[in-house]
Amino acid sequence: MSEVTDQLLEMNEDTQKDKFLTFIVGKEEYAIEIRYVTEIIGGIQAITEVPEVPDYIRGIINLRGKIIPVMDVNMRFKKEPKPYGDRTCITVIDIDDLSVGLIVDNVAEVLSIAEENIEPPPDAKSGFNNRYIKGIGKVGNTVKLILDCKILLGEEDLAGCIEAS
Amino acid sequence: MDRDNSNDPVLDMFIFETLQLTDQLEQLVLNSEKTNTFATEDINELFRIMHTIKGSAAMMLYSNISSIAHSLEDLFFNLRDTEPLEINYSKLCDLLLMGIDFIKVETAKIKEGRDADGAPDPLLVRIHDYLCSLGSGDKALASGEIMSADPGNDINLEGTHYKAIIFFEDDCGMENMRAFNVVHKMEDIARPIRYFPPDITENDDCSTIIHENGFEVEFATDCSREEVENFFLTLAFVESIEIMELAEAVEEAVRQASITGEINTLNAVENNGDSNANVSRKQSMISVQLNKLDKLLDLVGELVISEAMVTKNPDLADIPDLDSFGKAARQHRKVINELQDIVMSIRMVPLAGTFQKMNRIVRDMSKKLGKQIDLVISGEETEVDKNIIEHLSDPIMHLIRNAIDHGIESAEERVARGKPAAGRIQLEAKNEGGDVWITIRDDGGGLDREKIMTRALEHGLIAKTEAELSDQEIYEFILLPGFSTNTEVTEYSGRGVGMDVVAKNIEEIGGSVHVDSKLGMGTVISLKIPLTLAIINGMGIRVGGSIYIVPITSIRESFKAKEKDVFMDPDGLEMIMIRGECLPILRLHKVYKLETPVTEIHNGIVMIVENDNRSVCLFADELIGEQQVVVKALPKYLKNIKGIGGCTLLGNGRSCLILDIAGLLNY
Repeated sequence: MSEVTDQLLEMNEDTQKDKFLTFIVGKEEYAIEIRYVTEIIGGIQAITEVPEVPDYIRGIINLRGKIIPVMDVNMRFKKEPKPYGDRTCITVIDIDDLSVGLIVDNVAEVLSIAEENIEPPPDAKSGFNNRYIKGIGKVGNTVKLILDCKILLGEEDLAGCIEAS
Repeated sequence: MDRDNSNDPVLDMFIFETLQLTDQLEQLVLNSEKTNTFATEDINELFRIMHTIKGSAAMMLYSNISSIAHSLEDLFFNLRDTEPLEINYSKLCDLLLMGIDFIKVETAKIKEGRDADGAPDPLLVRIHDYLCSLGSGDKALASGEIMSADPGNDINLEGTHYKAIIFFEDDCGMENMRAFNVVHKMEDIARPIRYFPPDITENDDCSTIIHENGFEVEFATDCSREEVENFFLTLAFVESIEIMELAEAVEEAVRQASITGEINTLNAVENNGDSNANVSRKQSMISVQLNKLDKLLDLVGELVISEAMVTKNPDLADIPDLDSFGKAARQHRKVINELQDIVMSIRMVPLAGTFQKMNRIVRDMSKKLGKQIDLVISGEETEVDKNIIEHLSDPIMHLIRNAIDHGIESAEERVARGKPAAGRIQLEAKNEGGDVWITIRDDGGGLDREKIMTRALEHGLIAKTEAELSDQEIYEFILLPGFSTNTEVTEYSGRGVGMDVVAKNIEEIGGSVHVDSKLGMGTVISLKIPLTLAIINGMGIRVGGSIYIVPITSIRESFKAKEKDVFMDPDGLEMIMIRGECLPILRLHKVYKLETPVTEIHNGIVMIVENDNRSVCLFADELIGEQQVVVKALPKYLKNIKGIGGCTLLGNGRSCLILDIAGLLNY
């Protein structure tokens, strides 16, 4: 019995392996591992503002009875806030039982990026310092920036921001 | 059987039932001990409970539990049968409680997924010794037989005698327990005399015998043959039955009856309507896992929202005639409201269980410390949310222990002070507004104001001068960590870790602790507990584009203020004078940095909120109205935000924040 479940789990892992959801924020195309993504909500529903949190946390939304915080990825990257449009989506990711909605400009597609096509980001010494990026995936002629979800949600970062505000 | 699997419903049921029965048993024993007699109906009840525990433990293959239950059952059989004149009730109760504790401990082990590995032997020996000391036990236990007293006399053997061979369904499993069940159920219509194999509860090998040859039972009944046959066929897992009339003489039956003591036990249970009443009571109750209830609660919450989404759907605006739709929608809403009420009420549990546990603690402690204590319980029917009850048991237990250990003086001291020798502890619960008050009142020595004062000074806990402190404030120092005026550490208390834990536990569930005392007269400790954490009555207020919910219980009043009532101190802190009381004004739009067109005090609304006798005025744009809201925790990603107690969903599906007044007051 348990073997069967293990196998199933493995298969599940397998089908999700190397699969990435790509979305557009600003000019860049980013990718996150598909296993983190639980759902995508089209359009922006009413967001309730929450005081005393960093401004990139736009507030909380009601996801079918469950209340989850939503983060504006654009603002998280310290870019100018952009008005939300028709293509704006909330991508709900789930990391260690923590559900967070990510507001992104446009969800593009789900694609496979094989491990050999993923390059590590240039290290900080060469002047490039983006800690949110875990790797750079090459797909054809284009490049996708693979986000590290854990750092994106980075709790210690959030706590620091609260104190600072 | 896979015992690690805690989701096994049969195992869950067993644990639940056994714990419930042992609690019941404990109550019975304690009550009997108080009156120093065991009434016949109590003994019968004890018998019934022991029997049930024994049966189900045997079914679950927990032999240590069943053997203890078995030997306690013996003990009662003996008591009932021989009616010894001199019984040392205190010793008997000790023995019984030890047995109960053993079963509890083992059950707890099973609950945690461990093996029930406690050895019952020492206790068995003690029970045996006690039986022997009663002077009648030797006979009963010498042969290893359960009972050898001649019980045949009181079996009613009138009516026709039958012998039935029962076959169970092939795949029913545990044939011995099914057979046991048959014997048990049969008592409603017949009097069993003998069955084969005889040792169904003890010997698992019987299953095979029963499976192959059927289960033979002889019994006497007044019912006709068809009635008997029909009765058997209604029982669970019975596949077929053969019945024959027995021509054997009654004497023969009596002789055999004396061999099978088991039947006696069964008969004892049967003896009055009491057991029947119990059965029906049980069937009207059903135990459900709490997380299923939580899920149900969530679903109902969602249903409310989706209802609003349907009935307030913008598409409806284009349809001119909605009369019948409106009617249907109203009906729909009504049903949903009712559903919501019911789901809420399911979670409410009376405090009785928690309170009853205290009887045992009082008994044990008063015995050990040699103090006489009467525990008076009232208001135990008060209902509190299940989640809260779980957090109450420990604090109350601690307070009761404290009261006995420090509060109540020794008997001599009490008499010298002109008080009755027996101390009195009152444990009381009552509803007041949205809260439940639990008070623990003792008539002991009371708190020593001076001693607490010196102690507080030693610890540097006092910021004000002594004159500024009210008596109550001083007494409440005992709630601080590391504070114990007791110089001696006893088994029960005095280490100074206790009262602060009590206070912390109560605060965790949104309650508060109040202490009052009079030297020489006693101490009163009151716990203020919210009725439920899951749902509150709230007032919606709007600030700019945001809506906040203020718990109704903390609102004192709200009113429109005039510009001239408001004045400002040099720091720019606004204040308002209301009936001679000066209160600070907290502008929510400033606190939470919200955009709002309403900044003039006379345009908005001022709401006085209070918590723990401290008040503050909140300034908001407008009131929206009162509503019941389901409280949900903030996503943990957002951590603690000052002044926000949680969030909830509004009827239109939007989420909104609930203000935490205690947090705002410390802002």
